[in-house]
Amino acid sequence: MEYLSLLGILVIVIGFALGLDTVAVVVIAALVTALVSGIDFVSFLKILGKGFIDNRMVSLFFLTLPTIGISERHGLKTAAVNLIQKMKNLTPGRIFDIYTAIRELACLFGISVQGQVQFIAPLINPMAQAAGKVNGEMTELEVDQIKARAAASDNFGNFFAQNLFVASSSVLLISSTMKSLGYPISTSAVVLITIPIAVICYILCLLYNHAFDKKIKKGK
Amino acid sequence: MNILINNLLLAFYILIGLFFLAATVESWRDKTNPARWGTGLFWLLLAILFAAGQWIPNEINGGILLIIALLSLLKQVRVGKIKELDEKIANQTVKRIGNWIFLPSILLAILALVIAQFTKLGGQVGIGIAAIISLIVAMVLTKSSPKTVYEDTQRMVRSVGSAGVLPQLLATLGVVFTASGVGKITAKAISGLFPVGNHLLGVCLYCIAMAVFTAIMGNAFAAFAVITAGIGIPFVVAQGGSPVVVASLGMTAGYCGTLMTPMAANFNTLPVALMEMQDPLGVIKQQFPIAISMLVVHIVLMYFLAF
Repeated sequence: MEYLSLLGILVIVIGFALGLDTVAVVVIAALVTALVSGIDFVSFLKILGKGFIDNRMVSLFFLTLPTIGISERHGLKTAAVNLIQKMKNLTPGRIFDIYTAIRELACLFGISVQGQVQFIAPLINPMAQAAGKVNGEMTELEVDQIKARAAASDNFGNFFAQNLFVASSSVLLISSTMKSLGYPISTSAVVLITIPIAVICYILCLLYNHAFDKKIKKGK
Repeated sequence: MNILINNLLLAFYILIGLFFLAATVESWRDKTNPARWGTGLFWLLLAILFAAGQWIPNEINGGILLIIALLSLLKQVRVGKIKELDEKIANQTVKRIGNWIFLPSILLAILALVIAQFTKLGGQVGIGIAAIISLIVAMVLTKSSPKTVYEDTQRMVRSVGSAGVLPQLLATLGVVFTASGVGKITAKAISGLFPVGNHLLGVCLYCIAMAVFTAIMGNAFAAFAVITAGIGIPFVVAQGGSPVVVASLGMTAGYCGTLMTPMAANFNTLPVALMEMQDPLGVIKQQFPIAISMLVVHIVLMYFLAF
């Protein structure tokens, strides 16, 4: 009956898939796993409490919030918008190229922005739509594709570059999970391994955006 | 050196506890939040765990976590009203200092990395020291008072909300999994289907499982604890794969799954609503080719870099 221990995995997979309260799902998954594995309740509390205290390093990124908060209050976003608005006479693909580069750089410096809300919808999509219209009206499908591509260019940069920042919560989580599993690794080594990923992703984006520009132009 | 590092870390955890205490006070004062007492209690309990957990018996720490989970389950933890930023201040500062507003963020990243790489203090202490220095620089640069720092700290902490402690909770779940032998049992179940010992097969299995489980769960952090314990360690690391390569690439292999799932609502569904797109899966369709290519890139890189 040892396979019962896997019940906790089932709890977490289903809980997340159904969009239930994440904090509660994780703690319930831990409780279920421990109880079906023959760990008594008090021992479970001990393991849970010790595990949480030992892993406080994962939350060290909270220390960076005051700096980011003050920078935001004093126009971090305004300055970024000013930089982006200098992009003129560009194709949609080139705008996405530049935005993804900026997004990767922001990740490198630990600036976490809500890209979709703060930049894509209000700024990058309208600019790309305007750029797409230079060669004539676009079809509805093309308009929709530019929107989708704008959103994608934020996700690409965000996902594959966020581990470039040594204090990002994902780097801290990787290092701390490996420590719990008995294979301690350093956070700066994680950053180094991420460099090829961020670079390759960017090169793929350049090719992908170039093909997109060609397709839009051909449609005219 | 180790004593110094541990003392510094302890000081940082107490500092984070104080941040949470600020969030507690401001949550209680926010009369527009119908769940203000629960939300404040949530932050207070976390403040206790961070600042004093060291000296509290672990059974009690565990019990406190159960209460935190219960509050969250009963929807008693809500962000509430966060004061919007005044655009006038932003414009004035940018006019005065221009792109120098990026300096504190850049300093934060570079200092943290430099301290991690070139001193014996290590990455974690590096983050703390870099955060404090860059905060001072930011205060001078923007002429901000300590009161503004308080205001922005509680604002940021509260808007991050319970999502901010999720990574740490998932790491804790990893500890419980290890204590319960989940990794060993998953490995045993999967090794009934696939042979252990083939490097390429192990790498493929781990990267694809990370992507698939992330897609199902909509969250790579959660998949990471489960899949790394169950597949990454027995099938790749225990076969001689470098732990740092396997773990780092494993997480981003999971992100390939994030690009392909409607479960990752913030990334793939929110833009559809924001930009009033016609195709609800439009973003995922545009991301699909890059996601698949990047997954292949991860498998190739892990195979060659880890062994």
